[in-house]
Amino acid sequence: MKINDAVFGLLLLLLGAAVLLVVRNYPQIPGQQVGPALFPGLIAAGLCVSGALLLANGLRTRATVPWLRFDEWIRSPRHVMAFALVLAGVVFYMLASERLGFLITSVSILCALMWVLQVRPVRAVLVAVVATLVIHTLFYKLLRVPLPWGVLTPYAW
Amino acid sequence: MSSALAQAFSMVFEPYTLAVMVIASIYGLFVGAVPGLSATMAVALLVPITFFMPPIPAIAAMVTATAMAIFSGDIPGCLLRIPGTPASAAYTDEAFAMTRKGMAEQALGAGLVFSAVGGLFGTVVLIVAAPALADFALNFSSFEYFWLVLLGLTCAVFITSDRPLKGLVTLLLGLLVACIGLGNPGGFPRFTFGNTEMTGGIGMIPMMIGMFAVSEVIRYAVDTLPPAELVVEKVGGVLKGQWGLAKKYPVQILRGSVLGTAVGALPGAGADIAAWMSYAMSKKFSKEPEKFGTGHVEGIVESGSANNSALAGAWIPALVFGIPGDSITAIVIGVLYMKNLNPGPTLFTTNPQNIYAVFILFILANLIMIPLGILCIKVSKRILRVPRNVLMPLIMMFCIVGAFAINNSLFDVGVMLVAGFIAYVLEENKFPIAPAILGVVLGGMLEENFITSMIKSDGNLLGFVSRPIAATLAVVSVLIWVAPLLRRLLLRARTA
Repeated sequence: MKINDAVFGLLLLLLGAAVLLVVRNYPQIPGQQVGPALFPGLIAAGLCVSGALLLANGLRTRATVPWLRFDEWIRSPRHVMAFALVLAGVVFYMLASERLGFLITSVSILCALMWVLQVRPVRAVLVAVVATLVIHTLFYKLLRVPLPWGVLTPYAW
Repeated sequence: MSSALAQAFSMVFEPYTLAVMVIASIYGLFVGAVPGLSATMAVALLVPITFFMPPIPAIAAMVTATAMAIFSGDIPGCLLRIPGTPASAAYTDEAFAMTRKGMAEQALGAGLVFSAVGGLFGTVVLIVAAPALADFALNFSSFEYFWLVLLGLTCAVFITSDRPLKGLVTLLLGLLVACIGLGNPGGFPRFTFGNTEMTGGIGMIPMMIGMFAVSEVIRYAVDTLPPAELVVEKVGGVLKGQWGLAKKYPVQILRGSVLGTAVGALPGAGADIAAWMSYAMSKKFSKEPEKFGTGHVEGIVESGSANNSALAGAWIPALVFGIPGDSITAIVIGVLYMKNLNPGPTLFTTNPQNIYAVFILFILANLIMIPLGILCIKVSKRILRVPRNVLMPLIMMFCIVGAFAINNSLFDVGVMLVAGFIAYVLEENKFPIAPAILGVVLGGMLEENFITSMIKSDGNLLGFVSRPIAATLAVVSVLIWVAPLLRRLLLRARTA
């Protein structure tokens, strides 16, 4: 995923401007010239300047560098799927782990990822189950991290 | 001092710590030897585990795992022509050319032996320099610290990347992230969007797991290159002939170690940059530069010692000033704070036994590297056959649980994902990541010292340069900032 510098520059300019706008309303410390707004303000100013420079750079190379160019993988459905599943797996964990519990969530994510990476199904399921149990034992039993049980709460061990 | 030293020995030579070291070694050797898993990633994934350990074993795990990983990164470079960690990339082609000539043993052996030598050299410098610097730094006030941090960040942007503008951008983004939360003069909630999770700031550890581990998993998922083929059937005795190499290239070993330690100590530049620089240096000063690239061991000897010495070098500013020398020590500093071992000169005066223990750990790690490294080379073919399509999902799951475990918070899992995705996109577009990490780690310190100094000098900016050391640091920082501009002007004047 190659993005023209100008796009980054524009985004940074917007970010810098937004920060400058937000910190204007920050309170002053009574009796001091410096407050919580000063430091982020300086950073935002820096972002605006470097954003403008990147924008200029990017526009100069516009003839040869497109706004956005994907690498080879975008034409391979399997790789697009893998990319999407890596990101979706984490989101799924955030949404589902409380309700489904760690064990079910983890096995499903591992199976999905291994499926898209072309691990043989039997092996994938086997590895997913064993790895989930190992991670669970390590973090839940040994390190006492409260991984959720979810629907399996009645069978918690 | 002797009682502190004795205490340090007893802390290190304790069954628990030693066991941790052995496990961390095997882990480090494995992670380093698998292409696509870096030494920094090894540390980032260790943090959730070390979080639950006492301080010394936690540090032991990180020191050993990184030392081993930087060495074992040479193995796939030599056998597959894919560097196991970025620190081996500089001489991967050279090592592979040696393998083609049937000299894989010598290449791997040189990597191993001179990794240990370089690591020990860096450790000696750390032992000598850190306490002396700490002594000196005891007199530092907020002015000196402000300039020191600024100088560190400046180095990260200008010296360590060939694209200063992009380095500056990632640095600023890192600093901005560090602003989030209540941790500022005035205790005002900044950029929290009313979210209570964000008032404490963005968790450094989930962010680093994202930047160094999740981004690698993403990169693997979209990698369309076919897997590389092993060309070697059997690797024999690797120690044979190494003594001869040591006698033949003493200057190279010394030069690599010195350069490596120095580059390591520079904020933002770590083992990978040390290896590139010292490989180039080796070629430049070699009596037979024409042999470089054709399977010549000289460059491997020199840069192999450089990348491991850089590891120890990076700990110097990290322990003395709390300024990380590379991405690995950036993570380490986060762990030290969690363990209430806040880095800084007082660490040397109030708890010298902890510092001595770190020194001993470094020596020990570099010594056990040789036998364990030989074992690792023996089984390397098997490690290289580990199916990465099984490994990467497991790493992903481990990242999720690890990010969650620090605060038992799903918000941190989200932080990890966002950081990982942003790091992936930035790196794809040649933005360096190290300045961002430094910005996040040092942002709070920079602001605090800036504000304190402003209040002390009553808003008078001249106060920032009225103390001699502060003024010197200021001049150096400013020089580095204007040097590229001056050079461009000079070139323009010459061509005009």
